[in-house]
Amino acid sequence: MTTDLKAMEENWSLVIRPQRAWWDLRLGELWRYRDLVWLFVWRDFVAYYKQTVLGPLWYLIQPIMTTGVFTIIFGNIAQLSTDGLPPFLFYLAGNTVWTYFSASLTSTSSTFTSNAGLFGKVYFPRLVIPLSIVISQIISFGLRFLVFLGFLIYFMSAGSDVRPNWWILILPFQLVIMAGLGLGLGIIVSSLTTKYRDLQQLVAFGAQLLMYGTPVIYPLSSITGGWRWLILANPMTPVVESFRLAFLGTSAMSPVYLLYSLGFTFVVLLIGVLIFNRVENNFMDTV
Amino acid sequence: MSDTVISVERLSKTYQLGVIGTGTFFGDVNRWWAKKLGKPDPYAKIGEKDHGNRMGETIHALRDVSFKVPQGEALGIIGRNGAGKSTLLKILSRVTAPTSGAVKTKGRVASLLEVGTGFHPELTGRENIYLNGAILGMSRVEVNQKFDEIVDFSGVEKFIDTPVKRYSSGMYVRLAFSVAAHLEPDILVVDEVLAVGDLEFQNKCLGRMGEVSQGGRTVLFVSHNMGAISRFCSRVILMQKGEILVDGPTRNVIDAYHENIQGRREVVESDRVVTTPMGFVRWSVGEDSGGMSYQTQSLKPLTMTFRLFVNEPVRQAHFGLAIYSTDGQLIWAMKTADTYKEYLDFDTGAYDIQFMFPSLPLREGNYFLKVSANTRLKQYDVWDVEPALEIVTKTDSVLPNRWQGVVNMPCEVNILPTGEK
Repeated sequence: MTTDLKAMEENWSLVIRPQRAWWDLRLGELWRYRDLVWLFVWRDFVAYYKQTVLGPLWYLIQPIMTTGVFTIIFGNIAQLSTDGLPPFLFYLAGNTVWTYFSASLTSTSSTFTSNAGLFGKVYFPRLVIPLSIVISQIISFGLRFLVFLGFLIYFMSAGSDVRPNWWILILPFQLVIMAGLGLGLGIIVSSLTTKYRDLQQLVAFGAQLLMYGTPVIYPLSSITGGWRWLILANPMTPVVESFRLAFLGTSAMSPVYLLYSLGFTFVVLLIGVLIFNRVENNFMDTV
Repeated sequence: MSDTVISVERLSKTYQLGVIGTGTFFGDVNRWWAKKLGKPDPYAKIGEKDHGNRMGETIHALRDVSFKVPQGEALGIIGRNGAGKSTLLKILSRVTAPTSGAVKTKGRVASLLEVGTGFHPELTGRENIYLNGAILGMSRVEVNQKFDEIVDFSGVEKFIDTPVKRYSSGMYVRLAFSVAAHLEPDILVVDEVLAVGDLEFQNKCLGRMGEVSQGGRTVLFVSHNMGAISRFCSRVILMQKGEILVDGPTRNVIDAYHENIQGRREVVESDRVVTTPMGFVRWSVGEDSGGMSYQTQSLKPLTMTFRLFVNEPVRQAHFGLAIYSTDGQLIWAMKTADTYKEYLDFDTGAYDIQFMFPSLPLREGNYFLKVSANTRLKQYDVWDVEPALEIVTKTDSVLPNRWQGVVNMPCEVNILPTGEK
């Protein structure tokens, strides 16, 4: 009888302590909050459309303008190689993939600072926010991807030498890698920005620099010599290259390298989640 | 024996004082470099010693706080600003972690540190109900079930498909509170969210919280509103400087709180500066505005004197006085133009204005005063009088608290046998 009572007394559903063990990631709790993840995705989407005059048109204008500029500067003026592909399509492909990654990275990196008001008032697993950001970015990727497909079909019907092939089936896999990498790097940075605010500027700027270290505006085949290993070490290189292989039919890299990207992503994501969990306990005291 | 659902065990929270980092990566590197070269800290403020020697200095926002709450109890937490109430709530709500100690809870905890957390201005009322509900921990199914009830309670059904950015602030708060009010947690933690909205809605909220606590749920309620605290808390904890000062039945603790407040009254001298043509600077009970007395007895004659400064000659002036209860209810108000039947002209200088009451039929407790200085055309000053008026006599009534009402009126009762059958 007494033991029963004691067992009942010990039967707490929640115990709040100063620090959790580093491996206590509470992913089960995150699962219970999946409704919230979807609601945030939906909120971002709806709020975005209600706030802009042109709404979904932005998804058309932005990549076309950027690609247009790339085509003029890198294709026409600098005359960089595009592996014999139509320059506009080449840049559009790179831009479509890259934008998803860099948008995921830069917007998750401000998780703590831009949600301080919310985090200061109510508890929910903090990972809900970066997760929802990465998912809502998939929606914008989808729209940009449709633009890309439109142009692809146009160029093909105009007789350009582009050969989409069965590799297009690995698109979901590429998306997972980019989402994981953007999320992992983003939450590492967001954890650090609770102490160092200026890291955030570094991210926007760093993502831009990183683009030049990834074969977005040039093909991997045009890089030879001392710098090549650096480009090869970049986990985004296989993603961009394999995307072009799948939809445009040329690449200097076997898609097998994607496995390297996957491994890299896994490590970054693990480190990110560990640091993030460490920080989320006490970050309200420093922001 | 009722089951304990919240157990707070030796809870402490410390914050580090002084600047630990400069807040930017660049700044930290820069400071480190300066130190290395033997230069002074480039970020130290002029006249301030190096931050280094303040390192490690901490303040205890909470110090060794322990208490248990049985199921179904409504516990109030009171204390001055900085007593540690909010820190305690933040830890209970898992917004921040304690430095040491533990909190153990049984059942679902919902905390309301603010109403309308996460409301998005572009979304409609309907959309925000779902969003806010999910943020507070409700599942979509639960929100679906309670949706009509929530809308009903808020009274904004006409505008439910309008973006909340077009709502008046009152509507916004009503909708936000309604969502929160329909959470059905086992433990509800509430901060001073009731200090919003109009009085009618505040009463509705308080009523709703009363229902929650009577439904067998446990409520933890932090407030400055003694009226609300005494209305539905059976037990109150008074905190001071991060520690529990008193823990006991509501009436006793609220009395202790008022004594506690009394302690700091002695040196209150108003530091109001009048920049308008006229305004009030100080007040006191008694015939001297500098008397620094703020207490009186119920049902006794009372004179309150306010010091008025007139910077420029004013014509056709009149003054207003209002008395409010601590929960914001207007109890009584007047303006001098009613009494004098005319407006008065003033030259520059200081005046004492006395308000005399033959007898003040109010219950014991604190009352907020508001005085205003006006001319026929313009209001020059409105002062939320500090310190508040305190009435100290205990009421003789033996009725339970909820039957005490707001006024203290002497009443004689005659019972006359009429002889009729």
